[in-house]
Amino acid sequence: MSSTRVSVAVNRPAGDEMTATAISTDVRAGRRSAVDILESHLERINAHEGAVHAFNVLTLDTARANAEAIDAMVAAGTDPGRLAGVPLALKDNMCTQGIPTTCSSKILEGWKPPYNATVVDRLAAAGTVMVGKTNLDEFAMGSSTENSAFGPTKNPHDLDCVPGGSSGGSAASVAAGFAAVAIGSDTGGSIRQPAALCGLVGIKPTYGTVSRYGLIAFASSLDQIGPFCHTVEDAALMMEVIAGHDDRDSTSLSQSLAGLVDAARLGLAEGVTGLRVGIPRELNGEGISDDVKQRVEEAAKRLEAAGAIIGTASVPAAVYGLSAYYIIAPAEASSNLARYDGVRYGLRVTEGTTNVAEMMIASRTAGFGPEVKRRIMLGTYALSAGYYDAYYGQAQKVRTLIIRDFARAYEQFDVLLSPTSPTTAFKFGDKTADPMTMYFNDVCTIPSNLSGEPAISVPCGVGHDGMPVGVQLLGPALSEATLFRAAAAIEGGN
Amino acid sequence: MAIAKGWELVVGLEVHCELATKTKIFCSCPNQFGDEPNTNICPVCLGLPGSLPVLNYMAVELAMRVGQALNCRVEPSIFHRKNYFYPDMPKDYQVSQNDLPINIDGFLDLPDGFRVGIERAHLEEDTGKTQHMGTSGRIHGADYSLVDYNRAGVPLLEIVTRPDIRTAEQAKAYVAELRSILVATGGSDGKMEEGSMRVDANVSVRKSVDDPYGTRCEIKNLNSLRSLVRAIEYEANRQVDMLTNGERIVQETRHWNEEDGRTSSMRSKEEAMDYRYFPEPDLVPIAPSSEWVTAVRESLGLMPADRRARLSEATGGNLGTGSDTIVAIVEQGLDEYVLAAVAGGGDARRAINRVANEIVTPEVAAKIDVAMFAKLLVLEGDAKLTATQAKQVLAEMIEQGGGDPETIVVTRGFEAMDSGVVETIVDALISAHPAEFERLKGGDAKVTGFFVGAAMKASGGKADGKLVTSLLRSRAGLASER
Repeated sequence: MSSTRVSVAVNRPAGDEMTATAISTDVRAGRRSAVDILESHLERINAHEGAVHAFNVLTLDTARANAEAIDAMVAAGTDPGRLAGVPLALKDNMCTQGIPTTCSSKILEGWKPPYNATVVDRLAAAGTVMVGKTNLDEFAMGSSTENSAFGPTKNPHDLDCVPGGSSGGSAASVAAGFAAVAIGSDTGGSIRQPAALCGLVGIKPTYGTVSRYGLIAFASSLDQIGPFCHTVEDAALMMEVIAGHDDRDSTSLSQSLAGLVDAARLGLAEGVTGLRVGIPRELNGEGISDDVKQRVEEAAKRLEAAGAIIGTASVPAAVYGLSAYYIIAPAEASSNLARYDGVRYGLRVTEGTTNVAEMMIASRTAGFGPEVKRRIMLGTYALSAGYYDAYYGQAQKVRTLIIRDFARAYEQFDVLLSPTSPTTAFKFGDKTADPMTMYFNDVCTIPSNLSGEPAISVPCGVGHDGMPVGVQLLGPALSEATLFRAAAAIEGGN
Repeated sequence: MAIAKGWELVVGLEVHCELATKTKIFCSCPNQFGDEPNTNICPVCLGLPGSLPVLNYMAVELAMRVGQALNCRVEPSIFHRKNYFYPDMPKDYQVSQNDLPINIDGFLDLPDGFRVGIERAHLEEDTGKTQHMGTSGRIHGADYSLVDYNRAGVPLLEIVTRPDIRTAEQAKAYVAELRSILVATGGSDGKMEEGSMRVDANVSVRKSVDDPYGTRCEIKNLNSLRSLVRAIEYEANRQVDMLTNGERIVQETRHWNEEDGRTSSMRSKEEAMDYRYFPEPDLVPIAPSSEWVTAVRESLGLMPADRRARLSEATGGNLGTGSDTIVAIVEQGLDEYVLAAVAGGGDARRAINRVANEIVTPEVAAKIDVAMFAKLLVLEGDAKLTATQAKQVLAEMIEQGGGDPETIVVTRGFEAMDSGVVETIVDALISAHPAEFERLKGGDAKVTGFFVGAAMKASGGKADGKLVTSLLRSRAGLASER
C-alpha cells in the first residue's frame, strides 16, 4: 500500500444508517428529516468535491427545495415514496428538464433538455433528492473518466487512481458519501467496472428492464441504466423503483421485476442453498491479475459456505466479445452521434466556414474529443459499403454465438461468477497511451452487454494495494432476483 | 416530343407518398400540412438527444392497405437507419426499410390493361423542409436557409416499380392510377402539389427489347404529371443523342428544371453517398399476424379498376374499362354519382358523357342533386328534350348551383316540338336549298350538318337533331343510320 495514498471514501455496510434503505425507512417514518440527510451529504460535497470532481453540475437549490417538500409530505401524513429523502447522483448522460445535460462533451455546450428521462421521473416520484449530475467519459466512451471534456474524476479510495468509467463520477459520488445512491449507464461495463474500482455494488440489468428514454445513446442495443449503491439490498430497492415497462421505449420489456429486495434479504439471512455457480474459464484467465483471481476464489468460497455448488463453466465465444463489441458499439455510436452537427442545439462553430457542411465539420471537429472521434471513425468504417459483412455482419454473428454459449452454460448453472475488472483501480495516465490496453478493462463485462443478460458487481475485499476488488455474477435474462440473492451471500462475507 | 425512332425507353418509378395518419410515424405530433413552421414538433421528431421512436401502428396499417391494393405480399420487416448528413434531417439519419421491406412483389394494372410490376412498398420517415433564402432559391448561392421540422417524421410509403414502363404516357398513367388507389385505400391524399406524392423516375434507353437495360439516370424534382412526362421524354432523347454520338451514359442522379425543360447532373454514381445502412436498434421488428393482414385485405373497398368495371358494366359493355371518359370519372371519384343517376332512371352512357364533359369535377357535382340530374337524363331519354336543350338546362343548373330541370324547361320555354312541325321545317329547308339536297342525295354526309344547323335555327333550338337527320335521310332516299 502506498504511504501517500489519500482516501476520502466512506464505508456504509448493510445496516449503516446512511444506506438508502435506512434513510428512506427513517424519513418515511418521520424519524429523520430529508433536509438533515441532505445537509450531511452536502457537508461531504463541500469538503471533498474539489478533490474528487464527481460532478459536472450540482443542483443544490432544487435539492433543498425537494428535501423540504418531502419532509412536508411526511408531516402531512403523505408517503413520499420508497426512496424518500435518499440523496441521488445522476450520470450526466440522462436528460433533466431545464438542467444542462452534457455527456461530458463540449458538443452539447449550452443545451438544456426540454424533458426528463423516464428514470429521472421515476426516481423523483419515489422521493429521491438529486444533488447533481456526475462526470463521465465523453458520451460514455471510456473506462476511467479520463475522456471527459471537463477533466477526470478521482477515485475516493485513492485520489491518484481512476474511479473507472465511464460512470466514474456516479461511482465516486457514492463512494465519497456525496450521495447515498447513484445512477449510471452500462454499455460495456460502465456501471460494473467503476463499481468494482470504487468498492460499490453496481448492476447492469437485463436489456429492456429499465427504460432508455432520455438516456443519451452511445450504443443503443447495448446501453442499459442501473444503480450504484453501498449494499446489495439498496441496489435491489433501486431496481424495483426504476425497472418496468415504458411505452416511450420500444425495446422496453413488458415483464416486470419483482421481489428483488426480498431476494437480497434472503441471500443475507439464509444463503443460497443448492445454487449452481459456474466459473467460466474464458473470463478468468489471461490478463486477470492474481489479486483479482484470488478475490474470485474467495467469493466462490463464500458462496459455497452459503450453500452453493461451485463448478467450472465454459463460454467459448466470450473470448471474441471484446472484438465484436468494438465493432458493434462504434457502429451504432457513429450513427447515434451524427445528430450533433451544430444545426439545432449545442456547439456551433462558424468561424472560417462558408456553408452548412463546413459548419458541421468545424463544429464536430471542435466539439468531440479524441476517443469519441476514434470510435466514430471505427464505426463509420465498419458500416461502409464493402466492409459491412466483414465487420458489422461478422460481429453480429459473434454476438449470436455468445448468446448461444451463455444459454448452454445456463443449462448447467444458475449463475456464473467472474472478475468484474482485470485489475484494481489504476493510476491516471497508466492506460491512456494505448487504446487497446484501456479497452481490455471491459473484457469480463462486455459479454453480458452483447447477450443482453444481467450482471452485478459486488465488492469482495481488497487487492494487495488496498484498493477494492469487485466480483461479477452473471445470469440469464430476468434472473435479477437470483443475482441479488447470490450477491448478498457474497456481501455477507465482507 | 416523342422518343426517337429505333429506340426503346425503359422507365422505373419511385413514388414517395405521405400516409394519411393523424400523427407522425414515431411520435404523437400531428401529421398536418401547412401549419405554422416548427409547431408540430417534439423531442422525438426533432431527434433530441435521448429521445426514442415508437412506431405508430396506423402507419403500418395504411402501408399494408396500399400494399394489398397493389397486390403485394406483406412480409415480416425491420427498420434500418440510412445515414447521411443533411440539416433538415434531425438525427442525420433517416429511419427507413432496406432489405426487409413490409410489402414486396406486387403489380398495378393500368386502365388499358398494361401491367406494371411493383418491387416493394416500404415505410420510412419524412425529413424536414429546407427553404434556401436568397436569389437562387437553391442551396448554392443561398444567403441562409430556414428549416421547418413539421414534416420531419411524417410517415412515408416509398413505392418502387420494376423497370416495366415503356412510354412517358404509361408513366403518367401509372402515377394517375396509383394516386387513385392511394385515395381509394385512404392511404394518402395523393396531392402532388402539396408534396404528399413525390415521384422520381429512373430512365434508360436501349436499341432493342433483346438488349440488356441501358445505364439509367434517376430524375428528381418531378412535381406534376406534366413534369413527369416532359422530363422522361427530355431525358430519353438526351440519352439517345449521346449514344448516337458514340458517347456513354454515366449513371447519375439528375435534377429536372421545369423552366428550362432540361435535366442537369446532381451527382454521379462515384459521388453517390454510402448510406451505411444497419438495423435500427431502437425499434423492434414488425411482424403483422395473418389475421391482421386478412382483416386489412377484407376491409379494402372497391379499387379504381373495380369501379371502372362497374361503370363499363352499367353501359352494357358499350364503353370499355379503359375508355377515357370512364377513366376520368373514376379518377375524379364521380362514378358513384353516375351510378346513382342511372339508378334514378338515367341512361348510363348519357350519364357518363354528361358527367365527363359537363360536370367534370366533384365540386360541380356537389352542387347538383343527383336526383335532379337523373330527372334531366330521363327527360332527354324520353325525347322530351333535345340533346342541345338538355345541355342548356344542365348548364343552367350548374350556373345556378342546382335546381329542378322541369322548372328550367318551363321557364326557358323548352318543350318537345311536334314531329309534324319538324317535318314542315325540314321540307321547307329542302325546297330552299336544292343544290345542297342534291349533294346529300349523292352521299355527301357533310351537308347533313348544314341542314341540322339550319333546322335548329329555324326552330329556335327546339327541334330534335336526331329527328331532323332521320327525316333528311329518308327524304334523300338513304338508309337510316345504324
